[in-house]
Amino acid sequence: MAKNTTRTREPLFHVAKRGQMPLWKSLAIRICAILAALLFCGVLCIVVLGKNPISFYDNMFKGVFGTKRRIWKMLKDLAVLLCVSLAVTPAFKMRYWNIGAEGQVHMSCLASVACAFYLGGSVPNNLLLVIMLLAAITAGAIWAVIPAIFKAIWNTNETLFTLMMNYIATSLVAFFLVVWVPSGSSALGELSAGWLPTIGGAIDKYGYLLLVLIVALLTVAMFIYLKYSKHGYEISVVGESRKTACYIGINVKKVIIRTLIVSGVLCGIAGFLIVSALDHSITVDTVGGRGFTAIMVSWLGKFNPFVMILTSFLMVFLQQGSDQVVSAFRINDTFTSIVTGIILFFIIGCEFFINYKLIFHKKEGKK
Amino acid sequence: MNKTVALDLRGITKAFGKVVANNNVDLSVYEGEILAILGENGCGKTTLMNMIAGIYYPDKGQIIVKGEEVVIRSPKDAFEHGIGMIHQHFKLVDVFSAGENVVLGIDDKKRYNIKDVNNRVLEISERYGFSIDPKKKIYEMSVSEKQTVEIIKVLYRGAEILILDEPTAVLTPQETETLFSVLRRMRDDGKSIIIITHKLHEVLSVSDRVAVLRKGEHIATVNTAETSESELTEMMVGKKIELNIDRSAVAELAERLVVSGINSYDSDGIKVLDNICFTANGGEILGIAGIAGSGQRELLEAIAGLQPLESGEITYNDPKSGERVNLRDKTPLQIREMGVRLSFVPEDRLGMGLVANMDITDNMMLRSYRRGKSAFLNRKNPRALAGEIVESLEVVTPGLSTPVRRLSGGNVQKVLVGREIAAAPTVFMAAYPVRGLDINSSYMIYNLLNEQKEKGVAVIFVGEDLDVLVALCDRILVINSGRITGVVDARTSTKEEIGLLMTKTDKAPAESCEKEDRCDG
Amino acid sequence: MFWDYLLSALALGMTFLYGSTGEIITEKAGHLNLGIPGIMCVGAAGGCASLHYMIMGGVTNGFVLVVVGILCSFLSAALMGLIYSFLAVSLHANQNVTGLALTTFGVGLMKYIIFDLTDGNSVPYLQALNAFRFPFASANNAWKYCGVMVFLAIIIALVTSFVLFKTKVGLHLRAIGENPATADAAGINVTAYKYVATCVGSGIAGLGGLCYIMDYAGSREAYLSIEALGWLAIALVIFAMWRPHISIFGSLIFGALFIAGAFIPSLISLKILQTMRAAPLLKMLPYVVTVIVLIITSVKDKKENQPPASLGLSYFREER
Repeated sequence: MAKNTTRTREPLFHVAKRGQMPLWKSLAIRICAILAALLFCGVLCIVVLGKNPISFYDNMFKGVFGTKRRIWKMLKDLAVLLCVSLAVTPAFKMRYWNIGAEGQVHMSCLASVACAFYLGGSVPNNLLLVIMLLAAITAGAIWAVIPAIFKAIWNTNETLFTLMMNYIATSLVAFFLVVWVPSGSSALGELSAGWLPTIGGAIDKYGYLLLVLIVALLTVAMFIYLKYSKHGYEISVVGESRKTACYIGINVKKVIIRTLIVSGVLCGIAGFLIVSALDHSITVDTVGGRGFTAIMVSWLGKFNPFVMILTSFLMVFLQQGSDQVVSAFRINDTFTSIVTGIILFFIIGCEFFINYKLIFHKKEGKK
Repeated sequence: MNKTVALDLRGITKAFGKVVANNNVDLSVYEGEILAILGENGCGKTTLMNMIAGIYYPDKGQIIVKGEEVVIRSPKDAFEHGIGMIHQHFKLVDVFSAGENVVLGIDDKKRYNIKDVNNRVLEISERYGFSIDPKKKIYEMSVSEKQTVEIIKVLYRGAEILILDEPTAVLTPQETETLFSVLRRMRDDGKSIIIITHKLHEVLSVSDRVAVLRKGEHIATVNTAETSESELTEMMVGKKIELNIDRSAVAELAERLVVSGINSYDSDGIKVLDNICFTANGGEILGIAGIAGSGQRELLEAIAGLQPLESGEITYNDPKSGERVNLRDKTPLQIREMGVRLSFVPEDRLGMGLVANMDITDNMMLRSYRRGKSAFLNRKNPRALAGEIVESLEVVTPGLSTPVRRLSGGNVQKVLVGREIAAAPTVFMAAYPVRGLDINSSYMIYNLLNEQKEKGVAVIFVGEDLDVLVALCDRILVINSGRITGVVDARTSTKEEIGLLMTKTDKAPAESCEKEDRCDG
Repeated sequence: MFWDYLLSALALGMTFLYGSTGEIITEKAGHLNLGIPGIMCVGAAGGCASLHYMIMGGVTNGFVLVVVGILCSFLSAALMGLIYSFLAVSLHANQNVTGLALTTFGVGLMKYIIFDLTDGNSVPYLQALNAFRFPFASANNAWKYCGVMVFLAIIIALVTSFVLFKTKVGLHLRAIGENPATADAAGINVTAYKYVATCVGSGIAGLGGLCYIMDYAGSREAYLSIEALGWLAIALVIFAMWRPHISIFGSLIFGALFIAGAFIPSLISLKILQTMRAAPLLKMLPYVVTVIVLIITSVKDKKENQPPASLGLSYFREER
């Protein structure tokens, strides 16, 4: 502050909004950010863990691609995460900050499990699956549309509302677990009915192929919905500019409610898949934060379903890779979320350099 | 008279992207004077003042306060140099009381006590004759009360240099007089006051000197006592320039749109349209002239179904069936569904007329995407249309899939106008369609408007360049503060005549619609 | 019995109170910080780690333990706030995404640190329990949960309320959350306020984590529940309509509802409650009540009870 005596203080730099940046450049910045983050984690690895960073990266890679089983695990996790991410995308594209996917998926899981729990054995499996799917979709859509209605009519803050809905869903699940499992262990045993069939025989040794295919289909469908349907077009217009939407006569309230129903339906499908293809049960932790991770996947993927494949892969890779690091280094398994967190910080931060530029004032700028 | 320079601007330049808002502006303000800044819309008055107040940072140039060069990075810096600005748009926190708003941001090491602040506010308002309840919340206040709070805010800070951006726009004549007497008292106190206003008679009644800006440049500063309304008008609008705009002869006129006695208020409760009556005919271009913010936007939006009306009627005569339909209280979609072919090129091209992040093809669809029963978009026709427009209007673009925000202003406008014309309108409204456009693009737009007129379309053209209005239009409607102050025949009237009508405030509002309706005769 | 219930509710409620007071400060500056759960975790970890090292280093003075523990907890949580502010204020990053990433990171970091501290069966930091439970440390009833940090929480909430609503600093902060452009025009350093508010708010929230472990739970598994409590703290902000002094009562109600499952069946011998095992439903109540408050305030649309007007939006001065 001693320099305050000089009369002319020029700011060192100021920030200005940037116009469009070429795709390759923005991609390059993002890749640099990820590399920088990995490098940072490597340094952390030496300093904190005292391990060789090469073996850190090696383990990370092996954790995901090391064996066939791991690859399938990765694909399975990727599929489920991507499915939830697809669900939140239309709402985000409309600038409706729905952070309630966690609760919407959870309610769908609950509805699916309830159907399987009460109807299992008394109806044929295929019919049961259809009923489960319908129940899950209904539950997801209801959970998503409640805050949307309030947003559309009274402009109730959707972020806070959907956040609360998550925990109401968790409590409901906890309640039903108590009802269903009177012993108090609050762990529902594996359901005997309502399993998604496995296809493909020998290739599909772990039974995830159908799941992956369904999500692949949904990804394409969502891409088409957003890009080629009239609904998708309206979502983009409402998200980009309410003013333009009014100018061309779009009913904004209707679009909000309709889009959140779509969002809820996809959450329903995700919930159904979790129950019928993966867990065959339910706990208070069934969704496991995927609803929140999906928000980051969708946002980092710029709401493009195909780019989101990459971003959800990144998230799953981080998760599973660091899990392997954890077991190889025999360290605490929470190391995973630390690595994920750090890499996310870098990616979130690098967006700044894509959207803004720094203009430095040169010393001789006074002429 | 004391002639110490309080504030000196040298070579101030500021550009937003490609638009140069201020170009090499020099300006001096003395202590103990009221300087009026006069200029048409978009001439850079507010931008210039915002740089003194620390809202923007100049690209080039020096700001000198009391002989010392200063750097104003933020409003805080401006306050430190004794500069206070009263913005045109209220900068108040709605949920705070008047007293809380007044004390906001003051950094005087004194213990904060709202009671003391309120007392001081009462003291100030008593001294200058305002009436204000310091405990009243801003959102419960009327417009003029909010304005009073803004003024007290600056008085409370005891600023030496006061900038008022169109302070009288929202005040009643009595309140204006009160304000002026306050300003005079402050001037006599040795303070420098800069007042931005469009109203010539106010300039003449309150200011000591007048600085005129035109198109971002400082034209001249003159002593108020030595000038006249007509001289100022001329400096403001510039010398008459001969434009070679073809004006096709008026074809057969057909009454198309009858606006009768509409009134409307904005969200702040300010009356934006005051008993507006006129008729737009098919086959002529009706120009609308006026200082920016006189209600042009609201008028067009009211016709397009975007601005709610308090009273009045907007009647549309269908050229084919001869049916008369009322457009009042209809949404844009309903208007279109009634078969009214209304095209509208809004002032805010990228924020309203187009979606900035979408490409040309997708922007073409805005009007037409609903067509057909399919749930999917048909991009074939829009793409063909986009190609056509790009070719016929010579839009410079890397391709049809370039987001429109990457196009230059002129090309953006061609895309928008092209789309609106492609809808084969019977009424075509355009707000400032040539703003920011180069000569060639501007002429292309004029030609397109003329083409529409020849086709029998009722064209409504809101413009700011009086030369263009006089050369292009058939009739010109002049509005001021939401009121019609005159309708003139563009062929026989002069720029100065229109300029005077634009700044005229003493005329009573049109008594009835009967008279205005016949103006086209 | 009822007395025990009330005291337990109060003690648990203080965890929410820290979190919500911190979040209110942040939200008043216009930042929805969804990283609060993670920040509370880091606060707990920082505090526990400092206690661990002090106890291993032979510090036995209760006063030193408590003061240093609280300071370290505050500072480590404030560092998390610094990360948030850098991303969300300086780099204009999306607030929701930043907050969520912060929670991921914070929860992981805490578990990593605390797991490291509790090697084997000994949990050294728990030896400071009695110092934290002063002045009721030896009491053998529910009073023992009402230690130092319970009183500190109430004091901080009251002071925060005073600062927010009765001082100039609070006035400036609220102005920024409502309308940053106006605050900026009034000469307030918006960026500095946002940074300080976020860091101080995070620091206070961080104490909530420590409070839960050292005052209320006092067990080695305690740290596992902090994340869930953090989300409830965000709910409490809405319930209290952004007023810390209302938060004090809100936190009592939330605490009471949260542990109602364990107490109510024995308090009221209602057969339905016992057979239905309604505990989870009672735990749901704080969230439902919060939603109802949120809806009522938005329907009534009374300006004073709304979220800060610019909550969640990043402020860029030259935006045109």
